[in-house]
Amino acid sequence: MEQIKDNMYQIDKAELLQVIMEKKNALWRLCQICCSFPKAEQHYEVTYSFSSGYDFVQYRLIAEKDEWVPSISRVYNSAVFYENEMHELWGLNVENIKVDLHDKLYRIDVETPFLPKEEN
Amino acid sequence: MGNRSVVPFGPQHPVLPEPIHLDLVLEDEKVLAAVPSIGFIHRGLESLTDKKDFNEMVYVAERICGICSFQHGMAYCMALEEIMNVEVPRRADYLRTIWSEMSRLHSHLLWLGLLADGFGFESLFMHSWRLREKILDMFEISTGGRVIFSVNKIGGVLKDMPNDMLRDFVRQLNDMEKEIRDTTKIFLDDYTVKSRLVGVGILTGEDAIRRGAVGPMMRASGINVDMRKNGYCAYGDLDFDVITSNNCDSYARCEVRIGEIFQSIDIIRQCVEKIPDGEIDTKVVGMPNGEASIRVEQPRGEAYYHVRANGTKFLDRFRVRTPTFANVPALVQTLQGAQYGDVPLLVLTIDPCISCTER
Amino acid sequence: MSTIHKSPWLLHYDGSSCNGCDIEVLACTTPVYDVERFGVINTGNPMHADIFLITGGINSQNASVVKQIYDQMPEPKVVIAVGTCACTGGIFKECYNILGGADTVIPVDIYVPGCAARPESIIDGVVKGIGLFKEKAAALEAKQKAQ
Repeated sequence: MEQIKDNMYQIDKAELLQVIMEKKNALWRLCQICCSFPKAEQHYEVTYSFSSGYDFVQYRLIAEKDEWVPSISRVYNSAVFYENEMHELWGLNVENIKVDLHDKLYRIDVETPFLPKEEN
Repeated sequence: MGNRSVVPFGPQHPVLPEPIHLDLVLEDEKVLAAVPSIGFIHRGLESLTDKKDFNEMVYVAERICGICSFQHGMAYCMALEEIMNVEVPRRADYLRTIWSEMSRLHSHLLWLGLLADGFGFESLFMHSWRLREKILDMFEISTGGRVIFSVNKIGGVLKDMPNDMLRDFVRQLNDMEKEIRDTTKIFLDDYTVKSRLVGVGILTGEDAIRRGAVGPMMRASGINVDMRKNGYCAYGDLDFDVITSNNCDSYARCEVRIGEIFQSIDIIRQCVEKIPDGEIDTKVVGMPNGEASIRVEQPRGEAYYHVRANGTKFLDRFRVRTPTFANVPALVQTLQGAQYGDVPLLVLTIDPCISCTER
Repeated sequence: MSTIHKSPWLLHYDGSSCNGCDIEVLACTTPVYDVERFGVINTGNPMHADIFLITGGINSQNASVVKQIYDQMPEPKVVIAVGTCACTGGIFKECYNILGGADTVIPVDIYVPGCAARPESIIDGVVKGIGLFKEKAAALEAKQKAQ
């Protein structure tokens, strides 16, 4: 785990579930999960935000394009919506979601609209 | 064991101004489980960052939702101000606070009306909305718009409110306060209203945290968190307490929101007393580069904004987590074990804003 | 037919708007603007409705819902598109999930522009809709007599 800036840490895939279990046991609230795909870096950045009272902390996970990311929905139920959203809009592969909606959350016609189009 | 059946609820439903769909698994009249499905209003406006530059995105952000439109625009501007290191003039901070609190007032009055409609008290609905119109008139006088008024810009606000106008608003609010107190007394004391609210839709404090509930939904479960206490805009200078309730039911949610109505009036009063004179915006030059996460307290709860810029005029990422999105898992929890007839009411108690949720 | 045209019923459905127009439509039915003084009443059941107020653009998921609501309404019927999004798609026109205004799936009779549409213009649209509804009712009646 490495601090990038105030309240933000970069974590590895292997550490993720352990960190999240610690947060859950300390009664932190899952604030949100944000996925992004910066054009310059060409990889996914998944940001997990947690809040307890007025404290706020964010963990960032970097994933390559075809990489699988573990699901935290078995720890935090409410992550189901965020993780399905990430898969539907960005095409990020999330392993073992508690309720996998198979791209039927928003039921859009376009495939992974948020992923930048490959230039050819 | 009774008969099990699955009943669809929505998307077009008399009690809902906006479409949400729930599949309710019933055993006779009792709800065993509720499966929400959303996406009827999904527009994908976060992806507009590819087509609109960061200044135009202010107006897109305001149109995430028509009810808290001001606060959406404000939070987006705050995120960019953090990235670009812009110091907002104090007067602009105070003006933003006043408009935010007026938004909260109109949103809570709107919600009270919808709640009254939800339990079939039509005249109470009309009264709440009649009161709300006065707030909208104030918006119209000060900004020119009723629900969407686009007065935010990166670096401040576009319009000033003269001090005379502010004092006049306070006078009007003082008069309104009595009327609001008369109307809200019915919500809090009336026997029939109480019979629909007390003990319905229990969400314990621990469940609220586990399910990630925010805003009045969480505060009604006894958790003392209000993002305004972080002191963004002018909230740091003002004196107010977080309103909570320990009853954890629908009545508690109603109580918290009613408390916040009077709190908002009080905050506006304090702002008008303390507002300094001066500039209302700072000139902003250059392109944003960097990222920022902002949390603000909207009428429905904490909203999370994440903006990531890459040095060009098009942003890399614009992410909004709206309060209703966070409250949907809590809604599913409160629906379990509820009576079928209470479902519309319970859906309303989270103060759903579906346009926000689906963006 | 001549009996119902004096009091047509309204149905409101939110397409994919920001809900600014929706709360303005609701505000129209409340004491300050009170569109009900023109004899209309707000209903929740498409089968009872004569005038359909639609706000917001059409996306791929609600296209079928809007079409179904329209089909469920009895003849004659009037469709009013409220707000810029319902007219053309508005600010969201370039979003990947917006197909366009309400007229991409159902025929629209009256367009009420504005972002958000003001209650005065919504009332204007509804009053025009009542006039059109009378014409449509008369035409339908004449057609039935001729048969």
